[in-house]
Amino acid sequence: MSKTLFEKIWDSHIVVNEDGRSLLYVDRHLIHEVTSPQAFEGLRLNARKVRRPDLTFATMDHNVPTSDRTLPILDQTSSVQIKALERNCKEFGITLFDIHSPNQGIVHVIGPELGITLPGTTIVCGDSHTSTHGAFGSLAFGIGTSDVEHVLATQCIMMEKPKTFEIKIQGKRKNPHAVTAKDIILSIIRKIGTAGGTGTVIEYRGDTISELTMEQRMTICNMSIEAGARAGLIAPDEKTYQYLKGRKYTPNNYDELVNDWRDNLKTDSGAKFDKSFTLSAENIAPQVSWGTNPAMTDDVTGSVPFPDEYGKGNPEEVKGATKALQYMDLKPGTPIIDIVIDRVFIGSCTNARLEDLIEASKVVKGKKVASKVRAMVVPGSQLVKKNAEEMGLDKIFKDAGFEWRESGCSMCLGMNPDILAAGERCASTSNRNFEGRQGSGGRTHLVSPVMAAAAAINGHFVDVRELDLN
Amino acid sequence: MEPFKKIKSIVTPLDKVNVDTDQIVPKQFLKLIQRTGFGQYLFYDWRYEQGGIPKTDFILNDPEYKNSKILLARDNFGCGSSREHAVWALDDFGFKAIISTSFADIFYNNCFKNGILPIRVSDEILQKLFSTKSEIEVDLEDQTIMVNNTPVSFDIEPHWKKILLEGLDDIAMTLQHASQITKYERSHKI
Repeated sequence: MSKTLFEKIWDSHIVVNEDGRSLLYVDRHLIHEVTSPQAFEGLRLNARKVRRPDLTFATMDHNVPTSDRTLPILDQTSSVQIKALERNCKEFGITLFDIHSPNQGIVHVIGPELGITLPGTTIVCGDSHTSTHGAFGSLAFGIGTSDVEHVLATQCIMMEKPKTFEIKIQGKRKNPHAVTAKDIILSIIRKIGTAGGTGTVIEYRGDTISELTMEQRMTICNMSIEAGARAGLIAPDEKTYQYLKGRKYTPNNYDELVNDWRDNLKTDSGAKFDKSFTLSAENIAPQVSWGTNPAMTDDVTGSVPFPDEYGKGNPEEVKGATKALQYMDLKPGTPIIDIVIDRVFIGSCTNARLEDLIEASKVVKGKKVASKVRAMVVPGSQLVKKNAEEMGLDKIFKDAGFEWRESGCSMCLGMNPDILAAGERCASTSNRNFEGRQGSGGRTHLVSPVMAAAAAINGHFVDVRELDLN
Repeated sequence: MEPFKKIKSIVTPLDKVNVDTDQIVPKQFLKLIQRTGFGQYLFYDWRYEQGGIPKTDFILNDPEYKNSKILLARDNFGCGSSREHAVWALDDFGFKAIISTSFADIFYNNCFKNGILPIRVSDEILQKLFSTKSEIEVDLEDQTIMVNNTPVSFDIEPHWKKILLEGLDDIAMTLQHASQITKYERSHKI
């Protein structure tokens, strides 16, 4: 019988079926400091062990400071959480990339770069952006803390089988340096909505996807959760196999595995999806979010919409857009390029990999950050930071007036000291523009790294298609 | 986990679509390492002015709803971050059931893991509930909501119903399959 890629991975991980659900084996479990302490506490209270510490990897990313790491952590509550992760990993025998490790970084950046993420495997993590790993053809789910405890104790997860959702993206982008993977995924969310993928696993397909690099594919899969999906997948190909070759945790029998993956890890022709959506990439423009969820987004050439026009007759959506504009302090009809910004954040598991920094640096090189703007670059991992520094990118950013930081989640969610002040407006390469996400009262506009860099230089949004990025 | 049977209460109407978990419990309160005590942070930025003064126009600050155990929400409730702290906060505040037209997947799952019943109803029923001031009764065994003496039925996955009704520990349930897990591990390559 013809099967989708998702169905193949799902079926090959079933330990047992029960009551309409499946107990799925988890190949890799990633842990971080914020959603794990209560899970370890649960294990201790019930005298349970971690079943497979060898398949479990931990790092600290959400609340770590991105300033000088030789200094003590000033925030006592963050420090307690970081120490708890150290203690838990030691007690249960789990590999930890701590704050001083050369492999520390955002959990979804380090998984692939260390070769922990592998095609055809199942991965879970107590973080919704676990969907990122789907770029490698890995079935990767974000889970809550109770499920983290469940996976620690059993190395399995009990789930109802999600539906399948095919998103086909076809055609050539006219200017792929200006219209990025971020613009593709924001366009998709804008069209299908933040609940468009609820209950499904998305498989991204089509020639546009095949042409993307691995890092760009990660940006797409990363934001699957912003469309409400359980996971996002892209079938692995030669780019995938090349990317993972020779990494720290890539298995010794890698070539043998690749042969097997080449034969099996694809959706069979004739396989049926429960849902399908097609998007042409040819006319996608750089995207800028104007509201308080990622579907509230428009082309850079557009204007802030009128709530009635946005809601298209749905009173709840009209109300939502009205409240969003109030919160964002934006007037309907304002051209997007007239929106003036105070801060720029280039970072997060969506857009803080080496390519993102290279692309952004092209915009910044030889220029200066606008006088009223404070801009920062937070590399996704220590390895990204090191590679970027070897290429001299840190110097380009610092010369332009950007702050160059240590790796972590930073201002994507503002659990560390990197936050917006109330009323500040930020061009951000992160994934969520929710109220208060980057700091209570802060206003977030989601954009690509090149759009964020251009906004930093100009002090407002600009259409990066007008710049020479080649 | 406490078994869930029936609850009777007035409903707290939260009239907003796409409520994300960043709103339910903002990030500055995710640094605690225990599961308890999150109720005070529920909807913090909507509930309090800067400096901690309650906002009088926010529904949770209305004394009329002080003892409500049922939250009425709109489409796509609990979207965004996987933080289970959102459910711990709702639970600690006193909500035992949430009724909406739809929930985000991870949030929906997290509710059951903590003994909270998320109920999906049609638009029409939700509208009716938004306009009722009287107490309603949720009966999980019968899968009904009693509104003004009229029963409305709802669907729920049989496994979640069983887990809630009996207050089961799902880790203990999975560990009953330990031999199958071991067998799977032996035959699995990666």
